[in-house]
Amino acid sequence: MSTTDNRRKAPAGERVADWADGRLGIYSLAKANMRKIFPDHWSFMLGEVCLYSFVIIILTGVYLTLFFHPSMNEVVYHGSYVPMQGMHMSEAFKSTVDISFDVRGGLLIRQIHHWAALIFLAGMFVHMMRVFFTGAFRKPREINWLFGFLLFVLGMFTGFTGYSLPDDLLSGTGVRFMEGAILSFPIVGTYISMFLFGGEFPGSDFVPRFFSIHVLLLPGIMLGLLVAHLILVFYHKHTQFPGPGRTNKNVVGMPLLPVYMAKAGGFFFLVFGLIAAIAAIATINPIWAIGPYRPDQVSTGAQPDWYMGFAEGLIRVMPGWEINVAGHTFVLGVFIPMMIFPLVLAAIAVYPFIESWVTGDKREHHLLDRPRNAPTRTAFGVAWLTAYMVMMIGGGNDLWATHFHLSINAITWFVRIGFFVGPVLAFIATRRICLGLQRRDKDKVLHGRESGIIKRLPHGEFVEVHEPLSQEQLHTLTAHEQPKPLELEPEVDENGVARKVGATRKLRVKLSKGFYGEGTHIPKATAEEYHEITSGHGHH
Amino acid sequence: MKKLSARRRHPLAAVVVLLFALAVTGGLYAAFAPAESAKADDTAQSLAIEEGKKLYSVGCASCHGTGGQGTSDGPSLVGVGSAAVDFQVATGRMPLQQQGAQAPRKKAIYTQAEIDQLAAYIASLGAGPSVPTKNQYSPDGADIAKGGELFRTNCAQCHNFVGKGGALSNGKYAPSLEGVNPKHIYEAMQTGPQNMPSFPDTTMSEQNKKDVVAYLDTVNSDKTKSPGGLELGGLGPVSEGLFAWVFGLGALIAVAIWVAAHTAKAKKS
Repeated sequence: MSTTDNRRKAPAGERVADWADGRLGIYSLAKANMRKIFPDHWSFMLGEVCLYSFVIIILTGVYLTLFFHPSMNEVVYHGSYVPMQGMHMSEAFKSTVDISFDVRGGLLIRQIHHWAALIFLAGMFVHMMRVFFTGAFRKPREINWLFGFLLFVLGMFTGFTGYSLPDDLLSGTGVRFMEGAILSFPIVGTYISMFLFGGEFPGSDFVPRFFSIHVLLLPGIMLGLLVAHLILVFYHKHTQFPGPGRTNKNVVGMPLLPVYMAKAGGFFFLVFGLIAAIAAIATINPIWAIGPYRPDQVSTGAQPDWYMGFAEGLIRVMPGWEINVAGHTFVLGVFIPMMIFPLVLAAIAVYPFIESWVTGDKREHHLLDRPRNAPTRTAFGVAWLTAYMVMMIGGGNDLWATHFHLSINAITWFVRIGFFVGPVLAFIATRRICLGLQRRDKDKVLHGRESGIIKRLPHGEFVEVHEPLSQEQLHTLTAHEQPKPLELEPEVDENGVARKVGATRKLRVKLSKGFYGEGTHIPKATAEEYHEITSGHGHH
Repeated sequence: MKKLSARRRHPLAAVVVLLFALAVTGGLYAAFAPAESAKADDTAQSLAIEEGKKLYSVGCASCHGTGGQGTSDGPSLVGVGSAAVDFQVATGRMPLQQQGAQAPRKKAIYTQAEIDQLAAYIASLGAGPSVPTKNQYSPDGADIAKGGELFRTNCAQCHNFVGKGGALSNGKYAPSLEGVNPKHIYEAMQTGPQNMPSFPDTTMSEQNKKDVVAYLDTVNSDKTKSPGGLELGGLGPVSEGLFAWVFGLGALIAVAIWVAAHTAKAKKS
């Protein structure tokens, strides 16, 4: 661009942008979004961890498809792994071993793919918990909460189908488990199983079928949901923690461009680098040690990846009940866990709707709650997590037994009882802890921070010096709302006519009292109390 | 010759011939049969049994009975064979420290010589599997792939894919086979210690046992290579999941905190 036309012609970049804008209309889109403000908090980056690990999974997955043969044809192994020479195996298994030992970079890519999958699911779980405990799911974000939840569930099944593809002894056992779970469904079970496996298990169809589901169907849906999830984040704007200058109507933070683009871009490479480093350090799913799947073989310690550990636990601790009705066997020992599994997942998914119904809160919320200021919700979340974790223990009961020298039977009974009792205890304890923290906040607001300095007064008394909080800190600790519970309308209206109150209404009021009624919060410090105390005692 | 022929009717001639014949047959036997060593071994053997019996009365008789007949505290040892003794005592399982769900592997308290004496004594109580020779259990000339298949068919249910161990009911367990002497693995298959079923030669041939030993030697010993990096105990998805949560997500959260703490230097008024 060193010609004399310089003055008349716009710079190349501008011309390209202009060209593109004329055809795509990107100017207004960019103008509206490039300076979008995002608040800063590490927990807001958990979603980014998920997004980036998803991208990593797709990139490495594409590489793996270049070498993986989704076929169950039987072949004889003659590759470079000596302890398997001459063994019969499916082509799927052989190609996975070949990826591990004979494809350049294959083992590293395989391990990145699998580690990233575990981290993706773990990231989604923690991201979901962050959204839950801060109340970020409230209006207008309920739909996006459901999108996120669906992503987690789909991620579980995408992970499970991927885990099954190598056709190794571990994953084959997992598929066999799935077949058993399907068979336990009354009436339709056998039909679905025959349909899914193209005949009797294992048949020769499930690997190619799972392959299509794993690389095409589920990731396709997930990609769509992911885009919708992100569009909604842009549309709703990001939530923020309460603080001075932060209201329900603004977002305090940094613009997307250039600050967040640089930060997010850099963070992507940090995530990629870290996952690659983990994949380079630690083995995952060493199928060469596990061996090819044969339906007549099974190993102890056959667990699914962690995100299915919950379901595994339900199956492991369930008593093997079975009933016969009119010549048909109902395998309740498998069927009941398979029903509890979706119920527990659904419990957390529908919670936002239950909360908004119970509390009757239909306003928009863009300021997050500190978990202690919503004790009932926090307690529910911890109770749910407790149930989840107890079942995870059940899923790994054999390893708990061998590594802590316990009896597997005792662990099983602990899990059976803990699944019901644990959440209740966790609920009660969490609520009490939240109230304790609220008291502490109130104390800090009214009396200041304990400085740890002991002062001796002239008459000999010792006092601890309390430092008053700054105006900002006072705001942060008192900005939250303390909602009132719903009240049942009086039994007679103003004209003395008896009012009919429905059972649902009564339940709702009762639950609302449980959420916000007596004993569910410590009244926060008022300005009057603050003035009275600060003026009365002086600043000591 | 004449003298000899003249005395062939001597009354003592028959005695001389008899002595001669005895000397020849005895000499030939001594020359051709491994008579010398057999004779020496025999004495050593009886000595070993004698010594073994003494050790037994001190260390084992309180539970297994004075003659190995068993009591309410320990099973009869008649017919268990020297292989069982060698396995139980050389891996430290016997003598038992305390009654429990299962005798754990621990440091052996008898020397190999003492163990051999104990084994000789127990073997003398009744016929049973004897201690295998090095040739029987050495991994040379074995089919590793076949061993892997046999292991996964017969052993992995309790001992895990590559013999990392697993849980059984009520606190019992299948121990990890890592670092176990091939001889002891062979003996365990022969004798079926504790909760393990036995795999006598009629069930699993000598060659097959050798294959299994060779497989374990390849996948679960100091020689084992781990091409993918840290093995994480070889326990499968549970340890992998724990690692992903603690080191994977944990590190990512640490990085996120670090990134969030380094915000753009905006003008702070």
